[in-house]
Amino acid sequence: MENSQFNSLKNAPDENGRFGMFGGRFVAETLMPLILELESAYEAAKNDPAYQNELENLNSDYTGRPSPLYFAERLTKELGGAKIFFKREELNHTGSHKVNNCLGQILLAKRMGRTRIIAETGAGQHGVATATVCARFGLPCVIYMGATDVERQAPNVFRMKLLGAEVVPVSAGAGTLKDAMNEALRDWVSNVKDTYYLIGTAAGPHPYPTMVRDFQSIIGKELREQFLAKENKLPDAIVACIGGGSNAIGIFHPFLDDKQVKLYGAEAGGLGIEVENGHAASMTGGKPGVLHGNRTYLLQNDDGQILEGHSISAGLDYPGVGPEHSFLKDVGRVTYAPITDKEALEAFQICTRLEGIIPALESAHGLAQVIKIAPMMTKEQTIVLNLSGRGDKDVETVGKHLGVEL
Amino acid sequence: MTKSRIEKSFKKCADNNRAALVTFITAGYPDLKTSQKVLNGLPKVGADIIELGMPFSDPMADGPTIEAAGHKALAAGHNTLKTLEMVANFRKNDQTTPIILMGYYNPIYIFGVEKFLIAAKKAGVDGLIIVDLPSEEDEELCLPALKHDINFIRLTTPTTDEKRLPTVLKNSSGFVYYVSMTGITGSAISSFDSVSDAVKEIKSHTDLPVAVGFGIKSAKDAAQIAAFADGVVVGSALIKALENSLENGKATDSSVIAIHNLVGDLASAIAAVKK
Repeated sequence: MENSQFNSLKNAPDENGRFGMFGGRFVAETLMPLILELESAYEAAKNDPAYQNELENLNSDYTGRPSPLYFAERLTKELGGAKIFFKREELNHTGSHKVNNCLGQILLAKRMGRTRIIAETGAGQHGVATATVCARFGLPCVIYMGATDVERQAPNVFRMKLLGAEVVPVSAGAGTLKDAMNEALRDWVSNVKDTYYLIGTAAGPHPYPTMVRDFQSIIGKELREQFLAKENKLPDAIVACIGGGSNAIGIFHPFLDDKQVKLYGAEAGGLGIEVENGHAASMTGGKPGVLHGNRTYLLQNDDGQILEGHSISAGLDYPGVGPEHSFLKDVGRVTYAPITDKEALEAFQICTRLEGIIPALESAHGLAQVIKIAPMMTKEQTIVLNLSGRGDKDVETVGKHLGVEL
Repeated sequence: MTKSRIEKSFKKCADNNRAALVTFITAGYPDLKTSQKVLNGLPKVGADIIELGMPFSDPMADGPTIEAAGHKALAAGHNTLKTLEMVANFRKNDQTTPIILMGYYNPIYIFGVEKFLIAAKKAGVDGLIIVDLPSEEDEELCLPALKHDINFIRLTTPTTDEKRLPTVLKNSSGFVYYVSMTGITGSAISSFDSVSDAVKEIKSHTDLPVAVGFGIKSAKDAAQIAAFADGVVVGSALIKALENSLENGKATDSSVIAIHNLVGDLASAIAAVKK
């Protein structure tokens, strides 16, 4: 890769939506004309200054961007290695990075004349963000959520309802994110004329992985500027948690060609990567397959049947991952490593006590990875965690695991 | 090139001035033995062409009936290899009825595309309908299947407009499967007239026979479709009949008869509609 200008990792995907062998458009014919229409609508919007302006204004005045870059002084001291920074996406309106993508897509849905929005959600962060933008733009909204997740994320379910969304519990399978996505796809195939499917992660058929990445890349773009202003250099390492991988690809993407910046993705190691069907680390513990419109690393058995996976975090409990991550794993640009439920719980508590920030359990996986690598780095080195969501929604789950009745 | 079983079957029906009855069953449901019996007896009760569903954990285009049947089959240990064995067993006594495997791409991808196509051809499979492989992904399985002399049957839908139709038909073979609605299997057809218009439209673009599926629940529905289509596909209704015959989730003496009786009724209804 001497000639990085021409071999830029940022050039993917190709015109067929492929990131190397990953990605693609594996959907039923009924949906094919819709995703082709979406692709051209997105291309047109991207090049329309009016669209971009409206999105920028919403990002700043509605979401509160840019999100701060925070030096985590006490955590840095405690770990005794690299200087640790948080990119504070949890301070966004709705409490996570999800709103970045929802605003971009709802403006697109409006341009396309769609009058009904559907979405899937795991932890409920994307559901809340979708319900929020639907309230803001006055569009009816149906959120599909696994029945298990409805139970373990009750506060978010109520938030969505308050915002006017209809929340449909999905009891098929293990009642988690995968099942919610199946049901959302069924809704879309049945209501093609008026419905816009607002996918929350950088996965699904082309152009979703690219579109979601573009909307989330604002995280990495801001970080680059903020970090240069603060430290006069680029960070040595960036860490993010990976479920479908939207917050991770958003913070990684602007740095893909800066080879000196090490990138780490923290997957859901659940009960341990060696426990069969006891984790949701699709890249560490899965193999390439085709599901939900794209080829990517998947948790599956020898017959190609998809496994449910497990994670303490409902937002990471997905047997697949965005196709660009699969690509970045295979080319070796990003290091993906599993973090167990236990490690995430510990990181959750450390962050809360030392920094006064309650992170989402998803983000706590990223933090656990920081806790592993920061002490091995020098004091002159720097590491940035994408603090993708706040943890209010997880307080009950954490209480349960710590044996505390709320 | 000799005529394929699919071609011969549609020709025979056309010669008899009637539409073909295409029956869908889920392989391995409710159990392997019952499923094989159901399969083996289908031609005798009037099925012209058989679609054998390959169970998948995440059947996004299917409604609750077919999804539950597939999950039950998988829970009982069914897999791709067993589906192929069912076809091979069927072929021991039937060399004329076409069998089309219907399902989703991942189990085939994991089996290995070449290995799967060789095994499928050897078992006696005539065609494939793979829901999540649109023409944009033809290189994955459609083109390799054609090389192995296995038909790749394409789904066209109400969202496939006139501009897109030639793309979809390009590598289609065997017949064209028109999906009667924008929806999942087992839903209801809202307008037979618009289905009829769509079939006419497709026929103006291709010489292949056009079969219609999704939402055909009764002999009456089947007869209505048979009036203008070359084939009538029935799936969820058959699985439902099988499901209703079970006791505590297990097949009974009446299970095979229940589904075969329904197929017989559908066949008579279709035969009564002369073209």
